[in-house]
Amino acid sequence: MGGVTELQAMFEDMVTARYYEERLQEEYLEGKQPAFDISAGPIPGELHLAAGQEAAAAGVCRHLRDDDTVTAPHRPHHVAIAKGVDLKRMTAEIFGRETGLCGGKGGHMHLFDPDAGFACSGIIAEGCPPAVGAGLAASKRNEDSVAVAFLGEGAISQGGFLESLNLAAVRELPVVFVIEDNDWAISMPKERVSDVADGSRRAEGFDMPGTRVDSDDAIAVSDAAKEAIGRARDRNGPSLLEVQVHRRMGHFMGDPQTYRPEADQEAAADRDSIERLAAELRRRGVEDETLESIREDAHERVDEAIEWAKDQPEPSPEDAYEDVFANPPSGVTDEEPAYDLGTDARAGAESGGDD
Amino acid sequence: MAESEPEPEQEPEPETEDDAEPQVVERDLTMSRAMVEAIAHEMREDEEVFYMGEDVADYGGIFDSTEGLLEEFGHDRIMDVPISETAYIGAAVGAAQEGMRPIAELMFVDFFGVCMDQIYNQMAKNTYMSGASVSVPMVLTTAVGGTYNDAAQHSQTLYGTFAHLPGMKVVVPSTAYDAKGLMHNAIRDDDPVVYMFHKRLMGIGWMPAPDGPKTPVPEEAYTIPFGSADVKREGEDVTVVTLGLHVHRALEAAAELADDGIDAEVIDLRTLVPLDTETVRESVAKTGHLVVVDEDYRSYGVTGEIIASVAEDRLADLEGVERVAVPDVPLPYSRPMENEVIPSVEDVAAAVRSVRSTESGAE
Ligand SMILES: Cc1ncc(C[n+]2csc(CCOP(=O)(O)OP(=O)(O)O)c2C)c(N)n1
Ligand SMILES: [Mg+2]
Repeated sequence: MGGVTELQAMFEDMVTARYYEERLQEEYLEGKQPAFDISAGPIPGELHLAAGQEAAAAGVCRHLRDDDTVTAPHRPHHVAIAKGVDLKRMTAEIFGRETGLCGGKGGHMHLFDPDAGFACSGIIAEGCPPAVGAGLAASKRNEDSVAVAFLGEGAISQGGFLESLNLAAVRELPVVFVIEDNDWAISMPKERVSDVADGSRRAEGFDMPGTRVDSDDAIAVSDAAKEAIGRARDRNGPSLLEVQVHRRMGHFMGDPQTYRPEADQEAAADRDSIERLAAELRRRGVEDETLESIREDAHERVDEAIEWAKDQPEPSPEDAYEDVFANPPSGVTDEEPAYDLGTDARAGAESGGDD
Repeated sequence: MAESEPEPEQEPEPETEDDAEPQVVERDLTMSRAMVEAIAHEMREDEEVFYMGEDVADYGGIFDSTEGLLEEFGHDRIMDVPISETAYIGAAVGAAQEGMRPIAELMFVDFFGVCMDQIYNQMAKNTYMSGASVSVPMVLTTAVGGTYNDAAQHSQTLYGTFAHLPGMKVVVPSTAYDAKGLMHNAIRDDDPVVYMFHKRLMGIGWMPAPDGPKTPVPEEAYTIPFGSADVKREGEDVTVVTLGLHVHRALEAAAELADDGIDAEVIDLRTLVPLDTETVRESVAKTGHLVVVDEDYRSYGVTGEIIASVAEDRLADLEGVERVAVPDVPLPYSRPMENEVIPSVEDVAAAVRSVRSTESGAE
């Protein structure tokens, strides 16, 4: 449940993420109009936005510390923001700049911020095994940090997810798997690709607690996440949590969404978890001005991050050759010690014996 | 078996004179339309042909690889499948072993990691391990390539990876005409065929293609035999061997070089397995200079393979050799770095100039 301060913090994460993506969208479309060309403009490549999914990230990450690990999928910004990833450097990365989180090598689907315990991957469900590994490290070292893997409902039939559930369960690792169910995997409605409407039931087969939050009510998400994360932190093993969210936009920018019924798009637009949380905050006596100032501060931070990012230098072409391996190498030498293994003598003896 | 390339499209009756006038083809298609036309044709002829993949039904394939097929064939034959590549690609293997002719799509070749066992240990080996008592007549279609800043997990070609592993045929079309004929052959082939189409060549609205891949395409079915490279431009001075998108980059480079009096021959391999080394060797015998251009990683790959296959047989013909490929780094996201590592028209032209300058070398 949490006090008003906590709810306000979630509200802040959510409005930050929403506005951040609105601004990214504008920047992304620059140079891509009237004809949409994915390789043009200041942000090229695919861009997956998460408008309508903020409650899941905010509700879960509220209970995480900096030393906890989060892995996110191809739709990562709202999760990164809620986990406290450096906004400026993340933005610079999305703009492909030298001072970005990954020096311009990763881009929006491959953001790494070890200081904030955050990483993402564009391969469906493949963030799950590394999250299990982070849990394994915590468990081996007797630390009380936890790991959370975010995935979409489309990922719940992937081996990487199901195998991770099992490994986390048999080793009782401090891992929470969070399914963001936005009803769609690109153009495939979830009933076409899974016979189970409630993805949290996947937990049953692994004898693991599974819970579904049937709405994108940030408070309900936070309550359920608190329990699951608490269980992990107390060394009582992994959990699976599914949250119903909504995809307010196309799968990626440029998606014509011709496969999607209009009613479904409208329903997603009507359900706004941010407005819902704002209403609850008002009900609890928070003034409109307070909410407004949270919004304004968030917008300011976002605008600042975007301006900063756009001012950053591009990497030089030669930077492409750096970073294939950790540099400088540690723990290795470039000298091989000299031992007398008696090789010559033995080789001679063998050939002598054979003939 | 299959029809062959329709140079003079004739009724296959009396094989008298082969100097009949070739039929003029006036209809231009994008590479994706041509590929889809072949699939639709085969599906009409043989109801055992079906297509499985993510977003291949209502979406029509993220890269238009199945555009319009749902309307004609319905969800039973144009099947959207769960994001479970191991399961559905493996299911294609099993259905093929039952004698059906499945086509399974791996949305991006980069995703091969989650399903490589089905591809390599099952699809590619079952024929051999069974002493050919089993065959696997399926096609694995997959999108390849970069040039649009989609970073390391969505931009590879992996040509060499697939071609390296024995047991699957590997097809890489560069034009609409080739795409259609190669697809007919792929579906009719009794062996597993990996059909790698370059995103940049498909003619997708949101990813503009260069000029070359849209070509005249005959309406009727025709097959292009595997293992026959195509000389896309004849030349006397240097042999440029390449495939996929880089056929067009090489042709552009050749046009530039021609202005400087360098006459480059451009060979499009079209299939990596089987590999037409004869066409390459003959060309090198003529030019003495070989440049191999590849959008895959440099080491242990296509460039080394082509050069070795010429050197093994015709070392004396080789006056100069260069390779142009991705320099053994994952594909970086940011534009200046991606441009640096994916071979450009200028890179190809520079390699041709450089290989020519080795002519009267030290020896
Ligand atoms: C292994 C793998 N297969 C396919 C894809 C292509 N792909 C990217 S996103 C996506 C849909 C994912 O749906 P879901 O998990 O529900 O997440 P959402 O996009 O709805 O957030 C697919 C199929 C991929 N990235 N990785
Ligand atoms: Mg989804």
